[in-house]
Amino acid sequence: MKEQLANIRAQAIRAMEQAQDTAALEALRVQYLGKKGALTAVLKRMGSLTAEERPAMGQLANEVRSALEEALEARSKKLEAQALEARLKAETLDVTIPGTPVALGHRHPMYIALDEIKDIFVGMGFEVLDGPEVELSYYNFDRLNAEADHPSRDWSDTFYFDADSRVMLRSQTSPMQVHAMEKKELPIRILAPGRVYRKDEVDATHSPMFHQVEGMVIDKGITMADLKGTLNAVMEQLFGPGTVTRFRPHHFPFTEPSCEMDVQCHKCGGEGCPTCKGEGWIEVLGAGMIHPSVLEMSGIDPNVYSGWAFGMGLERLAMRRFKITDLRLIFENDIRFLEQF
Amino acid sequence: MNLSRKWLHEFAAIEANDKDFAEAMTLSGSKVEITEDLGARISRVVVGRILEMERHPDSDHMWICQLDAGEETPIQIVTGAWNLHVGDLVPTALHKSTLPGDVKITRGKLRGVISNGMFCGLAELGLDTRDFPYGVITAAAILGDYRAMDPEKPSIPADIKAGDQIFGPVVAARVLECAAISYGLFHTCLDLGDSTAVPDTGCMNLHVGDLVAYNTQTDTICTLADLHAQQAEFPHCIPDGVFVLNEENIKPGDDIKAVLGLDDHVVEFEITPNRPDCLSVIGLAREAAATFGAELKLHTPVVRGEGEGSLPDLLDVETPDADLVPRYTARMVRKVKIAPSPKWMRERLRAMGVRPINNIVDITNYVMLEYGQPMHAFDYRYVKGGKILVRRAVEGETLTTLDGVVRTLTANHLVIADDTRAVGLAGIMGGENSEISADTTDVVFESANFDKACIRKGAVALGMRTEASSKFEKGLDPMNTLPAVDRACELVELLGAGEVVDGVIDILNYVPQPTVLPLEPEKINALLGTRVEEGEMVRILKTLGFQVENRTVTVPSWRADVQGMADLAEEVARFYGYNHIPATLMRGETTQGGYTREQQTERTLGQTCRALGYNEIITYSFISPAYYDKIRWEAGDPRRNSLKIMNPLGEDTSILRTTILPSMLEILTRNYSFRNPAARLYELGRTYFRREDGLADEPKVLSLGAYGEMDFFALKGAVQAILSSLRIRDLTFQAVSDNPSYHPGQCARVLSRGRELGVFGQIHPLTARNYGVDTSLYCAELSFDSLFSARGEEPRYTPLPKFPAMTRDIALVCRESIAVGALEDCIRRGGGALLKEVRLFDIYRGKGVAEDKKSVAFNLTFRAEDRSLTASETDEAVQTLLSLLEKELGAVLR
Repeated sequence: MKEQLANIRAQAIRAMEQAQDTAALEALRVQYLGKKGALTAVLKRMGSLTAEERPAMGQLANEVRSALEEALEARSKKLEAQALEARLKAETLDVTIPGTPVALGHRHPMYIALDEIKDIFVGMGFEVLDGPEVELSYYNFDRLNAEADHPSRDWSDTFYFDADSRVMLRSQTSPMQVHAMEKKELPIRILAPGRVYRKDEVDATHSPMFHQVEGMVIDKGITMADLKGTLNAVMEQLFGPGTVTRFRPHHFPFTEPSCEMDVQCHKCGGEGCPTCKGEGWIEVLGAGMIHPSVLEMSGIDPNVYSGWAFGMGLERLAMRRFKITDLRLIFENDIRFLEQF
Repeated sequence: MNLSRKWLHEFAAIEANDKDFAEAMTLSGSKVEITEDLGARISRVVVGRILEMERHPDSDHMWICQLDAGEETPIQIVTGAWNLHVGDLVPTALHKSTLPGDVKITRGKLRGVISNGMFCGLAELGLDTRDFPYGVITAAAILGDYRAMDPEKPSIPADIKAGDQIFGPVVAARVLECAAISYGLFHTCLDLGDSTAVPDTGCMNLHVGDLVAYNTQTDTICTLADLHAQQAEFPHCIPDGVFVLNEENIKPGDDIKAVLGLDDHVVEFEITPNRPDCLSVIGLAREAAATFGAELKLHTPVVRGEGEGSLPDLLDVETPDADLVPRYTARMVRKVKIAPSPKWMRERLRAMGVRPINNIVDITNYVMLEYGQPMHAFDYRYVKGGKILVRRAVEGETLTTLDGVVRTLTANHLVIADDTRAVGLAGIMGGENSEISADTTDVVFESANFDKACIRKGAVALGMRTEASSKFEKGLDPMNTLPAVDRACELVELLGAGEVVDGVIDILNYVPQPTVLPLEPEKINALLGTRVEEGEMVRILKTLGFQVENRTVTVPSWRADVQGMADLAEEVARFYGYNHIPATLMRGETTQGGYTREQQTERTLGQTCRALGYNEIITYSFISPAYYDKIRWEAGDPRRNSLKIMNPLGEDTSILRTTILPSMLEILTRNYSFRNPAARLYELGRTYFRREDGLADEPKVLSLGAYGEMDFFALKGAVQAILSSLRIRDLTFQAVSDNPSYHPGQCARVLSRGRELGVFGQIHPLTARNYGVDTSLYCAELSFDSLFSARGEEPRYTPLPKFPAMTRDIALVCRESIAVGALEDCIRRGGGALLKEVRLFDIYRGKGVAEDKKSVAFNLTFRAEDRSLTASETDEAVQTLLSLLEKELGAVLR
């Protein structure tokens, strides 16, 4: 019996080591370790042994069983590893084949620029206003201190809907400031972006419809120094830390003092180059302290309250930001253009 | 506004270089656009005097000149120009000189003869005859230069000789003598064969020995025009050549830049409309002096007034429309001698971009530039009755202005008239009928102040904007008319151009009232956020001409723009320096800020559209009325009632859209015509509906548009995803077959809880054809307001299912006409509370299904929240819904 066990052990282990797949291995398990297997058959004959022989033989049989189980396990792992390797090999791809296309839409470049500005001002406690584009000339001009015969009121400059020049397409976003002064509680911090209309023929730098964004602050004790501080902070966020600005006197009917703000040319650092047309500076916006008569007309006492306002053209900002060379591209909406942003 | 630095220097001695000058002026409020160094490109060009001339031995058209260029020995220059004579002073570009256009001149040989430079014409110096009217060259036809157009049939025989007739009274003549009498005028002696003639001529290309055409009847030497000859027939007899100088006090060797006034630097300013006082040399000098802390040297004109007669006897002025003529000032000059003005005056005019004409006209322009006060000079002999009437034009009255154009006027125009007719268009342009001419002897100088709106509107109505009108329209200082007219008279006396009659006619139709303001340094500092000392404020204001006494500021008459504390604050800030104002962050109450729900919803919609692969577009709000035809709206469709622009740029942009569809179709079409194979676009744009009060409701519409790799269900999927992003529930889709813009079988409206959200589908092929597109276009139009109000509530967590679901697939056979939506609706109603999900997975027609029927297969999911469902419960639910399907729709299990 001892011999038989040794034979089974040797035969089985050899056979297991040569098994080529899990099915063959399973067959061997049944052949040797199954209920009708070779080892079980030997064990069934244990009864024929003497009581003295039995323990030793039982121990030997258990040893053989363990050895077979171990061999089985080892071979199984090895086969599994081989199978996995074969599968991985079969599944190997040419990773340079392009991915399955997923179309991604693009935000219009002008609104990318606008979103940046909105987020900056919202972060400073401003709210964003929306207002009508079909507007009374009263709000677009009169309430903004534009003289009765101001040239911008001419039919050659502004679109009107009636012969009395009463209703018009707003030529600036500023009427929204007036609406805000009328409707909102003080203090006011608003940002007013939107479409505006002027009677300009379409060319590389003009369009009868374009976009502006304006901001306004009214509170007690607001100074021109605040205007500078706030706009400087905005420019640093827009054009990067360390952006150098300068303020030049200018004229707008609804602000006094008025100014224009330049940003030092990033290309030449102020030396003058083609980008800044040799000036070293690039004009970005107009601003000023709200004219006392504009406050008064809206029922705000200029002896108690003061404020500042700024306005800028969005197209120019977007064109500079993305190096767009022709305004017409903005409104042409060619997808080959749109998909660049 | 241009400013000559040389002229400025007369009023304020500022030595700053161009860059520093531009920077400082810009920062104090006078923005410099560009500075031009008039002579930047010219070097080593001097005055030369021609000492000798001889014909080039190897050329039939070149001359060898010996020249005094101010050096010890004469230099030799070879030239092809024919308008030169011994004694002429000419601009000479020496060896190693430079000229405009990056031209470099060096020594060289011309047909073997050394030439040490080049003589310059006006063009080579970057000038033309508008800068130097006397530089116009008249050329005689020199017969030796004749090239017959047809060699077989020459008009002038090659062997022609003095005395031979050319045609009619014109004979050939040989020049025996040619001597300059004065600049540009020559005395000649001609050999006519058997006699001689001695005509004077302005032709500048004659030399002894030349054979010319002489008209015996008119005693003139013929030009090409006189012979009706073409330039090609006389290739060298051209109205061009070297610029022969006619300037006073110049000598060989002088730098040409100083001689021609090209040693000046001209600064171009952008002047804002509130500062018409800066449209003058004096106004800018005041700003410059204040900017650089220099002294402002003003000059009070002094007029001797020794002319004959008494002004009141000679001239009477009436201003019936007093409101349009705040002030009218006039003086008279007699015994006028019209002549060119002196070099210094011409130079300054030229530097400022004004063409010199004659002394009287130049004086009016000079004063306009210096004082910013437009002036007009007219010939007294055409002022009938010696009376000037400044009145409104009669409707339809005509006047020929100085530019030769006949203008038809309205009662809104103001004219200068005599008893019988208009002689000038007030503040805009003089009349041709009273123009200063060479024989003018008595001149009226007008220096007036006109209503700015009247001048601006008058000029706009005639489509003409002149130097004068562009100044008047900004509102000028009425106090300026008198010093300006005095200055003009002073210049007349200085130039010896005539005799000024003593006295001034000065009509004031307004009461001068200077603006007086309190000086409130605390308020100014509070507005600016600065701590400027009161003394510094006073100093700044005084340098600008303000009077300050005991905290009271009197604003000078030329600063009508200064009306209150804020204006004074700007003056202080400008010269304290905007860039010295500190930069602070705002104090005060904090504000909430942020985006409204509407704005957040707009952002969500945009993000979803982009996630779905749609690109954002921006389209014009205005369209053409014809676009409604293109999208096939009926003629009587009430939605055609659009806001109409009274003064549109053109038909294409003449009304405000009531629908966003044509805008989207236009962009789709454009992309299609650019051969972009596919496009998916979106826009959140406004539409405009006329309101009772004349204003508009401006609802926003989200439009989608697509073509290429697109079908109805892909578009519907996108619409559903957009609605889902706003958690809009209970959607119904209804077929729309009567929308004229859309395909009648591929268009749907979408509703949520009965409220219409929008419409979408394939664009009608006829609509597409109207846009010239032969592919299938797809669009959706969703109302933003409806989307916003239908949007679902904030999401709230519902517990995840604890018990397993059971699924069942059912395939239903039903009539072809039954919509999938109806089946689905019926399934949901029949399925009861346990039915959680219904998913369509197949629609089949063909073998095994009757001809007029279809098989529709759904995957159903059942689940209970509190237990595991049993198979029998599930089957029971399926049975219930199947019986409902059969009952309501006749749909049975396949």
